[in-house]
Parts: sequence; structure tokens; C-alpha cells
Amino acid sequence: MLKAVLKKILNLIPTLLGVSVLAFLLIRLVPGDPIMLLLGERGADPQMYAEMKRTMGLDRSLLHQYFTFLSNVLRGDFGYSIVSKRPVLTEFLDRFPATLELGIMAMTFAITLGIPFGIIAAVKRNTIFDYSLMGAGLVGYSMPIFWWGLMLIIVFSVKLGWTPVSGRIDVLYEIERHTGLLLIDSWMSPDGGFAAFKSALSHLILPALAMGTIPLAVVARMTRSSMLEVLGEDYIRTARAKGLPYVRVVIVHALRNAMVPIITILGLLFGSIITGAILTEMIFSWPGIGKWIVFSINARDYPVIQGGVVMIASLVILTNTIVDVLYLWANPRMRQ
Amino acid sequence: METNQQKELSPFREFWHSFAQNRGAVIGLAVLTFFIAIGIFSPLLAPYSPSQLFEGTYRLPPAFTSGGNIKFFLGTDDVGRDILSRLIYGTSLSLGVGLMVVVVSLISGTILGLLAGYFEKHVDSTIMRLTDIIMALPSTLLAIVVAAILGPGLVNAVWAVSIVAIPNYIRLVRALVMAEKKRAYVTAAHAYGAGHIRIMLSEILPNCTAPIIVQATLGLSEGILNAAALGFLGLGAQPPTPEWGTMLADARPFMESSPWMVTFPGLSILLVVLALNLVGDGLRDALDPRLKK
Amino acid sequence: MLLDVQNLTITFDTKYGPLTAVRDLSFSLKMGETLGVVGESGCGKSITNLAIMGLLPTQAKISATRLAFEGNDLVSMSERQWQRLRGKDIAMIFQDPMSALNPCYTVGHQLVETLLVHRDFSKKEAWSESLNLMEQVGIPAPSERLKAYPHELSGGMAQRVMIAMAISSNPKLLIADEPTTALDVTIQDQILRLLKDLQEKRQMSLMLVTHDLGVVAQNTDRIQVMYAGEVVESGLTQEVIHHPTHPYTSGLLAGHPTAEVSTKGKARLPSIPGMVPDLRHRPQGCQFHPRCSYAQDKCRREMPSDAGPTRCFYPLSNGRPA
Repeated sequence: MLKAVLKKILNLIPTLLGVSVLAFLLIRLVPGDPIMLLLGERGADPQMYAEMKRTMGLDRSLLHQYFTFLSNVLRGDFGYSIVSKRPVLTEFLDRFPATLELGIMAMTFAITLGIPFGIIAAVKRNTIFDYSLMGAGLVGYSMPIFWWGLMLIIVFSVKLGWTPVSGRIDVLYEIERHTGLLLIDSWMSPDGGFAAFKSALSHLILPALAMGTIPLAVVARMTRSSMLEVLGEDYIRTARAKGLPYVRVVIVHALRNAMVPIITILGLLFGSIITGAILTEMIFSWPGIGKWIVFSINARDYPVIQGGVVMIASLVILTNTIVDVLYLWANPRMRQ
Repeated sequence: METNQQKELSPFREFWHSFAQNRGAVIGLAVLTFFIAIGIFSPLLAPYSPSQLFEGTYRLPPAFTSGGNIKFFLGTDDVGRDILSRLIYGTSLSLGVGLMVVVVSLISGTILGLLAGYFEKHVDSTIMRLTDIIMALPSTLLAIVVAAILGPGLVNAVWAVSIVAIPNYIRLVRALVMAEKKRAYVTAAHAYGAGHIRIMLSEILPNCTAPIIVQATLGLSEGILNAAALGFLGLGAQPPTPEWGTMLADARPFMESSPWMVTFPGLSILLVVLALNLVGDGLRDALDPRLKK
Repeated sequence: MLLDVQNLTITFDTKYGPLTAVRDLSFSLKMGETLGVVGESGCGKSITNLAIMGLLPTQAKISATRLAFEGNDLVSMSERQWQRLRGKDIAMIFQDPMSALNPCYTVGHQLVETLLVHRDFSKKEAWSESLNLMEQVGIPAPSERLKAYPHELSGGMAQRVMIAMAISSNPKLLIADEPTTALDVTIQDQILRLLKDLQEKRQMSLMLVTHDLGVVAQNTDRIQVMYAGEVVESGLTQEVIHHPTHPYTSGLLAGHPTAEVSTKGKARLPSIPGMVPDLRHRPQGCQFHPRCSYAQDKCRREMPSDAGPTRCFYPLSNGRPA
């Protein structure tokens, strides 16, 4: 088991290097002077220009430039944002908790509903229950979430007035940052408490719903087909022949085996959180990574785009590796 | 006897027979045909030009709600253009973008997948490593980065979304080729002295078409969705193009007061994507021999 | 009477019309008796077992004038009552032991689980009872094997684990559905001997279901031969083996010339020409007539009754038509 995990971690390295090459080339593929792209208006200062040229090593070979870039990245130096003039890493870390909170909420929503829906549909296969769940699943799967988010706002915020339209928390509350997750920080702040928590939660619900819809549909569909396959296996018949209650057979014996493909799909979904986050954060003005990246692209803030690509891709690759390890845990046969 | 009779059906008839059993797929196909027809005949069907401005009729609600005007069935937008006409003209754009994406990603992905699966070793590991890297970037992020490099625009959006879709085809075709390569007919072709390219294109590829068709159908829906998302983010088609995603972005500031402006473009996207997914599911069930009983 | 089955009929609703998998089946089993059920695959043997276990899929419709275990009617039993019966009074082992064990849990986990359901044990007691059971079924180094996952066991070992699980709550009836078909020849013998041993020691009834006459020849008191969901011949094992009266039994025996001598030798496919009929389109008259070399006009028109020991109009004597 340990050996397999180590092997997975070693496999990370070439992919991560590839991502760094991609990000490195990015800035050089955009038409224009890369130094000007990285410095923005500050490039007009000849001293800044010359210094940047030296640190980037533009007079040296491309390979040398790449290694300079790589060593900077490894030390956490992603350069400075043209817009805010702050380090890219700081900007990223400031915004990451917001995306994390949204992502966790969306995935919790998708998993806690998707798996039971899938199980019920599989157990009640070919009933009206199954058909309507899977029909709804296909609609969810086909949903353009940028439109879905707007529709949710129109119905729940504008028409019903149940939830706020945008942001993370009511401006009334000044929340000190501890974890960066407002659902937790709201309790810890002096003027926080339940009211602040409620405000944070009410801001979070709609974006999480919008973002979780496609994952919910995917998880439900996958759970159903995986469960259907497993329920036909011999060991399910054995479990029933042993006299176990049907619920126990489904949950303990079938679901555990069905989890293997479900975990795989969950991993892919975790990777797609950022995709969902980009669109969701744009719709709900959620101050996270996704909105930051789109904003930076529109502002041509290339250091941010470059650094953001490296960090987001690394995150995705890491999550995929964690999922692979979980996969080994779920499937004893794969451990050798 | 019974099975013999079934075998005598032509492959297409047999395929159609099992496809038609899937009610959802048939409905999807009908909806899809409807949209394709609208796309082809949009100049004939649309009541007005998509850019025609009607003064004094700004943000008119749909005809079937109070305050609507029968002249503008789905209402008008903020500068007085007929929403129905814009949607009708947008149909060919959305479908066309999706189709372009499929053509570009299908051809390049199939070629790369064929090479990877056929030659294995270094060719394979190089191509697969590239695929891994592309897959590590979330699709929307990759698309917007590419769009950012190339600059916004409908054509660039096609490139961006195509690059995102390529790995799907590479992985699929590679797996198919690896399985087919071991079959006797390939060995036989080798024995006859057929060249690599000939074996790849005229021996192996024709035997992989069914899964590729299914993937292309699903790729079409994904392409339409991603291109619309880029339009929505301002990185795809630029206003005043009546592309559905771009229309949504244009309508967004008015969603509180004029919700119909955002409702109908999004609904169109949803319907087309849903229809394509239904057809894709039906195709898979009808073409996948493993699921056929 | 431990198990009493009278006029059992099992029908499946399929897309292409109803399929009668078991038709008018009657048999019974006494306490401590061993019964061999023989027939080609597709003859309704496994379906019958599942009906006795209450594990038929929901599309299956079941009717019987009597289907009782220890005098209790099985047809009207609720799922809850079934759960109390399954694995406790009636236990079952299957053809492919490797896929019959859940790959995600250790052997010990699955044994303990069974013990906890039916017997009033603490976890600790269940674990030591598991060890005890593993020894009884002849598994070496049982405490290590308890911690193993099914994929780490050989087929024979896995079947022994299945047997340990089956006998764990002292069942009155053990149904063994093709218990040795998926195993190596050398292992087959050991497993059969183990089953026979346990049956004698525990005085339980054993239903040994197989397509291989060799398997039942030495291990059962009585046998019944099934064809197309019906019993075609039944009687004392030695009687039937040495003097088959139904052409089907005779055909099965012909495909297995060593049956009366020993159980050694790989199971051979019966050499009867043709196939078991499609149960959606059953032939008229005797179900076996399309494959029977002695079939007469009457066989094609009328159905022979199962009143006697053999369901045949023209029973054989000494391997020949009378």
C-alpha cells in the first residue's frame, strides 16, 4: 500500500513540470513584449524594465529562463500582480478560502444527495421513481450553470427575497480571518455569532446549489449504474443468503463495492470544482479564485494568470492523486 | 429461427430498431432536428433581422405576459431588438460552433490517439503526458487562458474549446486502438505487408467508429456549452452577435427587471444540450455491443 | 418432513412473454437426508434453490400447493421472517466461491458478520467461534486466514470459507449449488468429502445440486433428475445410477461412464444431442422428446405424468426400451 502511494507521488513530478512549462510558455505565446506584459504600466520605468529583464534572464537562453522561472515558483515567488501590485501568492491565498468554502459546500450538497438518489434509483430500478430521478439527473447534467445561477437568483433572491444576490456575508459584519472559511470564522469573531453565521450561510446557499447541480447529477447517475452492476454480483446473493437485512446488504455490501467507480468520478469532479467556481463566482460575485482569474484575464494581468495557472493545476493534480490513494483504500484488490 | 431473422436485418435497420426503443433518445432526436431546421432556415423563420432596432420598445415582456406585444413574441431587449429573432439567428451560431469544435477536436484527437495506441512506447508516453497536463487544467480555465492568449472572438473560442476537448478523443481512440491491434485481422494485414498508415486508417479505425460517434455526440453538447460559457464570460462571440451565451451576458444587468431577457437564451442552450445528451445516451446503448443483450 | 415442495411453479415475466422456469415440481426432504439434484444447466435447479431461499427476483411469480420448511409455509412469509430463516435454518453455498465472497471485506469480517446476525454472540466470541469454524472446515493457519481478503485465497480455500459461513449457525438444511464446478479436480473431492463429513457429523440435510452425476453418485442417499424445470426421474441414488429408466438420465450417465465407479475424473458434458428447450417456447408433450431417440407419437402429443418414479411413457429397463 505504502509503495503504491509513493509510486503515485513520484508520478506527480513530470506532470507538474509539464504544467510549469505550459505556464512559462504562456507569457511568451501572447503577442507582445513579455516584460511589458509582466510589468504593465510600470514597464515605462526604464530602471524597472532593466531589472525585470535581468531577473527573467531574457538575454539568456530559453532553458535558462525556464529554470529561473521554475526556481522562483518553487520558492513561492510568482511575481507581482500588475493591478494590485501585491505578490501573486498572497493574492491567491487571500481568495482561496472563499473558493474552498464554496467548493466544499457544493460537493457536500452533491454527495449527500447524489449518492442516496443513485442508490434509491438503483434499488427501485425501472419504477416511476427511478425514471423521474434519472430524468431530473439528465436535465441537471445538461444544465448551463451560468444560466442556472441567474435563474436561481431571479427566483430566490429577486422574486422570493429569501437569499442575498451576491457576496459572502452582509457588510454589517466585520469578520476577523482565522481559517478564511466564513462559516467557521463567523462564530469566532467578537461581533459574530449565530446572526453572522446565518448571514454567511444564506450567502453561500445559492452559489453552492448552482455549482453543485452538475456534480449532483453526475454522482447520482454514476451511483445508480455502479450500484446496478454490483447488485447483480454473486456476493450480494451470498449476503442475502446469510440472512442479512436488505438495507444492510445494500449499504454495507453493495455500496462499499460500488464506491470504487464513484470515488473515481468524485475525483474528476473535485478537479472540475475550479471550472464550476469560475462561472459560479462570476454570477454571484463570489470573491474567490475563479472571479480573480477571469478578472485578471480581462485586465491582462499576466503574472496573475501565469501564477494562477500553476497553482490551480497543481491543486487539481494533487486532488487527483489523493483520489487515487482513496481508490486503493476502497479496492483491496488493487493494493498489490 | 428468430435470431436468424434478426441477423438478416441490415446493420442500420438493426441499429435504428434498438435506438428507437429508447423513448428519450427519440425525443432528443426530434428536438435536435427541430433546432437544426431552425438553424438552417433562420432567415425564413425569423420575423425580423437580429440587429433591427425598434425604437420605443425597449425591454418589452413576452407576448404571453401582461404588457407584452404580439409583434414580439418573446419580448425585446434593452436596445429594442426582437429576442425571438435573435434566438433564431443564434441557433446556427451555437450549433455551428459546436460542430466546428467537434470537427477540430475529433480529427486532431483521433490522429494523436491512433499514433499513441498504435506505436505505444515513446510516442504514447509523450502524447499521454501532454494529455495529462491538459487534463490537469480545468476545462473552463484552459479555455479562458487560450482565449486570453488568442484574444476574444468566436473563432478563437472554437480553438479554445477544441483544445479542451482533444484529450477525451485521444484517450478513447488510444484505448480502442490498443484493443483492436491485437485482433487477428491486423496481424493478417501485417502479413500481407500493409504499411502502418494503411493499417491504422483502413483496418483499425473503421472498427472503432461506434464509440467515437458516441463521444462526438457528447462532445457536441459539451462544445456548445463551453462556447456559450466563454461567450457569457465575454471571451467568445462579441456583442452584438446573437450568440446565446453572449446574449445572456448582455442581458445580465437587466435580469432583475426583465428576467425574460436571460430566461430564453439559457433555455435554448439547455434544450439543445439536453437533446444532444439524450441522443448520445441512446446512441451508446444502441451501438455499444457490451450493453446489447 | 423438513422440506416439502408440492406442485411448485415459477414463472418469469419477460419482455418476450412469460417464461416458466420450473413447472409443477414436487419433492421432499427428510431431516438428515442427502438429496442430489441433477440436470444440465438451464433445467431450473438454481431457480428452485433460490425459491427455497426466498431470493427470487421480483419479476418471478411463484405458485405451489405446498412449499413448506418444517411445516411453515414459505410462500406467504414476510421478508423479515425470511431473514430469520436464511442463513440460520437454511444455508447455501454457490458455484464460484471467489465471486461469492465480498472482495472488500476480510474473511473474518464476513464470518463474524454472519455469526452476529443469527447467534447471540459478542464480537469477541464471534471471532473465536470463527476460528473454531475455520478449523472445522480444515483451513490451515486459521487466525491468519481470517485477516485475509478473498482475493488472497485459492478457490478451494474460498469454498471452505463459504462452507464455514454456511454451517456457522447450525442450519438444518444446506443447499450446495454446484459447489465444486469451479474448482480443480483434486480440490473437488476434498470439498465433497468435507460436505459429506459435516453433514454426517451435524445430522443436517444436504441438497447437492450439480450437472455432474459423478458428484452425486457417492455422496447422496437419493437423487432426482431435472429436465426443463420438471423432475423426470427420482429414486435411491444407487438404483437410479445402475438402472436408469428415463432416457434423459440414461443419456447423462452415458456421458459419464465412470459415474458408478468413482467420482474421480473431470466432469464431462453429457453426450445427449440437442439443447435444453427455450422455456418460452416449450415443446408439446414430453419436454424431452425432441432430443429423445426413443420418442414415439404419444410423446409428442401428451405430457407424461410424474406420478411414478419416472416421467416417461416408455421407461427403459436395463438401458433399453421395454
